[in-house]
Amino acid sequence: MEIWNRHFECMSRNELKKIQGERLRETVERVYFNVPYYRHRLQEAGLGPEDIQCIEDITRLPYTSKNDLRDNYPFGMFAVPMSEIVRLHASSGTTGKPTVVGYTRNDISVWSEVMARTLTSAGADRNDFIQIAYGYGLFTGGLGLHYGGEKIGASVIPVSGGNTNRQLQLMHDFGTTVLACTPSYALFLAEAIKENRINRNELKLRIGVFGAEPWTENMRKEIEKKLMIKAIDIFGLSEVIGPGVASECVEQEGLHINEDHFYPEIIDPETLVVLPEGSVGELVFTTITKEGLPLIRYRTRDLTRLNYGKCKCGRTLVRMAKCLGRSDDMLIIRGINLFPSQIETVLLEMSEIKPHYRIIVDRVNNLDTLELQVEVDEEFFQDKISQLQNLRGKLQENLESSIGLGIKVTLVEPKTIERSEGKAKHVIDKRKF
Amino acid sequence: MIINQLSVFLENKSGRLTEVLEVLGKENIRITALSVADTTEFGILRIIVSDPERARTLLKEHLFTVNITEVISVMAPDEAKHYARILKILSDLDISVEYTYAFPAGKKSVIVLRCSDNEKAIKALKEHEMELLKGSDLYKI
Repeated sequence: MEIWNRHFECMSRNELKKIQGERLRETVERVYFNVPYYRHRLQEAGLGPEDIQCIEDITRLPYTSKNDLRDNYPFGMFAVPMSEIVRLHASSGTTGKPTVVGYTRNDISVWSEVMARTLTSAGADRNDFIQIAYGYGLFTGGLGLHYGGEKIGASVIPVSGGNTNRQLQLMHDFGTTVLACTPSYALFLAEAIKENRINRNELKLRIGVFGAEPWTENMRKEIEKKLMIKAIDIFGLSEVIGPGVASECVEQEGLHINEDHFYPEIIDPETLVVLPEGSVGELVFTTITKEGLPLIRYRTRDLTRLNYGKCKCGRTLVRMAKCLGRSDDMLIIRGINLFPSQIETVLLEMSEIKPHYRIIVDRVNNLDTLELQVEVDEEFFQDKISQLQNLRGKLQENLESSIGLGIKVTLVEPKTIERSEGKAKHVIDKRKF
Repeated sequence: MIINQLSVFLENKSGRLTEVLEVLGKENIRITALSVADTTEFGILRIIVSDPERARTLLKEHLFTVNITEVISVMAPDEAKHYARILKILSDLDISVEYTYAFPAGKKSVIVLRCSDNEKAIKALKEHEMELLKGSDLYKI
């Protein structure tokens, strides 16, 4: 299997640490002199740029959160004058003001580089046709994949998200070999292929590059089976750069983090202490080459663990486990921590149910209630009430034994739960605190 | 003697049944028999229609979950004892009835049955000289 940048992707740990240390030192110096926010935070902590000399010194630095970005909306955290910024992206801002990310010309080139690594590690090359069904625009998905695809010399099809019929037509007529979109949209497309009676053998699809929302191992199996492709998990967040922060290789045993650009740590989200290797905790990134919006110890809210062991693919870059949930998606139901991904895992283990679900949380008489709406699989539906009730009972039992919470299960008609072409909205929390 | 009945999964939401009937009505599909089995949250609509295959395709196009279920049908005088007799014939042979419903046709009743073993049920009812109906008979009613 090809490796895009063997020098950095297969570097020895010692050599990499040395480079990370140098780049961190430069970054801290840059933010100290160019970003008032960071200068204040460092001064508060009694630190100057000279205090950071090697990568181990990173633990002395303060954390940055999404709120810090919002407080400095729109450009307050940028470390270069606006004349150096060549591109702006922004998060959707569903929970408040959007967070804005500025890129210098060099940032765009780093982004293309890490996306070229991502696509190469997924098994793509210049002979591929990459259909990019991520949204183009302020969202980083579309353009991130686009630049990476061009960099490796593939034929890029910038179809953007939505318009399923056109997706299918292009996929068929252009002979798309690589599909890039969210995993939930990949499943949606798989269903659409079946419904439109498109012969799978007439499609050339072989690889899927999926990310931008959490998905389970079982969901991967389902996508791989239905689309007959290898489904590769990619990871990124716009604040850090967009997609390209980390991606799986064909071994599918964790996502290699491009840690020569983005330095990862795992912390306890409550105590903020750095956790030992292998522990599950919140992922934190420090960007060590970015110019436009450098971030020091940025709290991603994603929960995962790191594995520094050698990968069969030859890359030495640390691997992060598939995201296990988000520290802020976590629902606290009657005092028990619950991640939507736990529910999804149970659903995917039951063939009679489609993994389309919605969790509705409410509070009745001061008691949290949990309702799960799931769609009945058409192939499973027969006209016996008892069969449907048994199915509901079985699901309820499986959920209770795996998450330790009583949950009301409601069977709903297929296609009634909204399919998102972007990120799936799985939780409706009606509680008022 | 096997009759194709349509079974439709419905959430207990107002308007869903209307939608099913409107979809079929627009295409002039006739409904001979209809029955709804329900729980508090969902129900199953069972209908016998003039063109089950076409009705199924139409409903699928409108995103309903539909299946074709095989049932049998008997015509008998509309007195309870005749209904009882039919059920007795079946239970004597350990054929269980998963559900049944009936509707009037003049002085007689048309009884629809879904049995654990439809073929065996047909054989038994024939032996007792019951008047079994074919799909084409039903659609004419």
